[in-house]
Amino acid sequence: MGLHFIDGNQAVAMGALYGGCNFFASYPITPASTLLSAMLDTLPAAGGIVLQGEDEIASIGYCLGASMAGMKVMTATSGPGLSLYSENISFAIAGEIPIVIVNIMRQGPSTGSATRGADSDVQFMRWGCSGGLPVIVLAPADVGDCFTLTVHAFNLAEHFRCPVFVASNKEIGMTSQTVDMDRVEKPPIIDRTLHESGLFLPFHVNPGEDVPSFLPIGGPILVRQTSSTHGQDGYITTDPSEIQAGVERLQRKIEANRESFSYFDLEERKGARTLLVAYGITAGAARAAASELFAQQNVPISVLVLKTLWPVPEHVLLRAAEGMERILVVEMNLGQYIQEVRRVLCNQRVDFYGKMSGQLISPGEITEEVMGG
Amino acid sequence: MDSLLNPDRPPVFCPGCSHERSVHVLDRALQSMGFVGSEVAIVSDIGCSGLFDTFFNTHAFHGLHGRALTYAAGIKLARPNLKVIVTMGDGGLGIGGGHLLAACRRNLDLTLLVLNNFNFGMTGGQFSCTTPEKASVSSSFLNALEKPFDLCHVAACAGAPFVARSSVYRKDLSELLKEAISFGGFAIVDIWGGCPARYMKKNPLSPKEIEEAMGKLPAYKGVVSANVRREYSGHYRQAAAKERAKDPWQGIEPIFEPAVKERREVVFLGSAGQRVITAGGLLARAALLGGMNVSQKNDFHITVMRGPSVTELILSPQPITYSGVEQPRVIIALAHEGVRRCWGLFEKMKKGGRIILAAGVEVPSTAGQILEVDFKAAGIKKKEMALAACFLLARDGDPITPEMFEEALKGSFQGKRLEEARLVLEKAATIPPFEGST
Repeated sequence: MGLHFIDGNQAVAMGALYGGCNFFASYPITPASTLLSAMLDTLPAAGGIVLQGEDEIASIGYCLGASMAGMKVMTATSGPGLSLYSENISFAIAGEIPIVIVNIMRQGPSTGSATRGADSDVQFMRWGCSGGLPVIVLAPADVGDCFTLTVHAFNLAEHFRCPVFVASNKEIGMTSQTVDMDRVEKPPIIDRTLHESGLFLPFHVNPGEDVPSFLPIGGPILVRQTSSTHGQDGYITTDPSEIQAGVERLQRKIEANRESFSYFDLEERKGARTLLVAYGITAGAARAAASELFAQQNVPISVLVLKTLWPVPEHVLLRAAEGMERILVVEMNLGQYIQEVRRVLCNQRVDFYGKMSGQLISPGEITEEVMGG
Repeated sequence: MDSLLNPDRPPVFCPGCSHERSVHVLDRALQSMGFVGSEVAIVSDIGCSGLFDTFFNTHAFHGLHGRALTYAAGIKLARPNLKVIVTMGDGGLGIGGGHLLAACRRNLDLTLLVLNNFNFGMTGGQFSCTTPEKASVSSSFLNALEKPFDLCHVAACAGAPFVARSSVYRKDLSELLKEAISFGGFAIVDIWGGCPARYMKKNPLSPKEIEEAMGKLPAYKGVVSANVRREYSGHYRQAAAKERAKDPWQGIEPIFEPAVKERREVVFLGSAGQRVITAGGLLARAALLGGMNVSQKNDFHITVMRGPSVTELILSPQPITYSGVEQPRVIIALAHEGVRRCWGLFEKMKKGGRIILAAGVEVPSTAGQILEVDFKAAGIKKKEMALAACFLLARDGDPITPEMFEEALKGSFQGKRLEEARLVLEKAATIPPFEGST
């Protein structure tokens, strides 16, 4: 059916619709507001609900309520709005409320540059709310990924009952690209597991499982949701062993299963002694740099493009870095994800190149960095 | 009907707390209306009012301070037939003030019970947005400096169609709650009571004193006729049903051979309002019709009609991995703002590159060939210059052909806009070509 010429935000909207999203709420913020427009263009006509919240706190709040009433929800923002999401993100973690949060990152800190891209929030998404429990963060590298990873994000949010981020960037979200939608990966849809029979306790987990089965608020069986530390019945608990078991489960359900959703592309070149590690918009530049180096100077470089940033796909990093003399992490900030790479590859040389000027990192800059090292 | 109270979880309020009275009044109202637990959701947030949901055998949602109205709205929109009751304290009301205003304006069918006891009970008796200036509370002198607000007045001003104020001790409170709950829109009841643990230690607040204090404010007894209008959820569904899916995401089938075999980087340097992004989109569409891969990356300030507007296009027979422009083949320089933002780009241009330069715009020296165009003399307005420049590129056959351009024009513009565009192109046809062009 020919090529589509769409931007990343439109591709996220397409992915959301494909993934079963039927409730979207957000507050206008550049560079995420075109996603609100794209959702308004499509979701109401498809029978879904789109709300423009009075602020970001409300927008994510609407989503949490709707999700608990059984809808598949998504919200979208950028750095300053993400700051306001914080309390409700930790609620979604604690209350095990499925939600997809699209973060179209822009240059920071603070209000920063609204119309310039950067990967400002890579640590903030993981650590920016109380409790320190894990979330899932997926990072699209291009328009096609925006579609596919949004579908994955819905699937993961539903399956694990947790917040899942799609960590895009102004330079992906608002840059149009040709994409062959017929060839873009379309994962099968996963919905949350519903409680089927027997006594329903809203946070009860069957033996051998880590995720409670779901019933919606408003159905025939009473459901309780709470942001307070709770037992399996959804009432506050003060029992230290129950509290500890609860938070450990919230951590385990995400981290122990990470290998099942560690998305990445590894472009290996025979004889490579340097591994480029990149994600998001910078992945394209890293790939272009590696092909140029090989084509023009016969220098083989491997490129690892991470599409799952959190939980850190440690096994992927370890395997890709095997035998490498140098790992060069390239990111559109002053060095955030490199902290994780250094932690995992602690016995190897891990260098950094990055900037947060609002400009893309070019293949030429990466080439220079590779050769200069 | 049976009580909706949870026999296993009796209220745990302080002795003498007015909230306990509210719990029972709400239960009586729900009972007499014939509700069973599964037909009701109680949404609460932080503070003593946030305990309400635990005492009832209904659906329950307890969240963050001041945000109960937001969760409730999501639940109600998802489940229009569910009776959704929100409890908040005066503390939550203060921190969630924006949500209150939004709920009043939106008019979703929610019932908000404000359990107003003039202070933050749980955290130590600090002042809230309803604490009287003369009250003695744990925030030292601070409350004396701020005027408490009349939340009924605020709600009515913000558009709430049902606003009522009552002492928790009034005998008819249960009837009032029934009225509020059965009202088909946003209903708010400001229930005044006392906090024996904190507030009442230094501020006597007998039922009589509550009545006296309330008597000094305007009475709100329910329906605010000026604000009565359609309920949001039903209205939304009706309006949404009329929406037709705009499908802006149709694929574009190539119908031409590519005009060029190599990658081309084209940059429009303009100012906001010059429609350079639209013109870039037109060029992109034309190239797609020639089966090329395209990326279009835009750079602009947040000021809508001021400042530079830059659009960078890459047109390539091969897939595009990096969307930045590194070596422009064509620069369309239409305004100082855009040129100044990308001054260094001209240096990167190699021999064979071309520049369409609007007369009067200064550019740095470059290896490229310059076609200076007096758009104004040709009768082309500022906002049509980018469109005219696309035409000039097509006329030269690089990176698109006139046929691709024509097809893209018909695909992008309709009706009056298409007619306007054609007039622009007629004028553009009078512009002399690049030297050496055919």
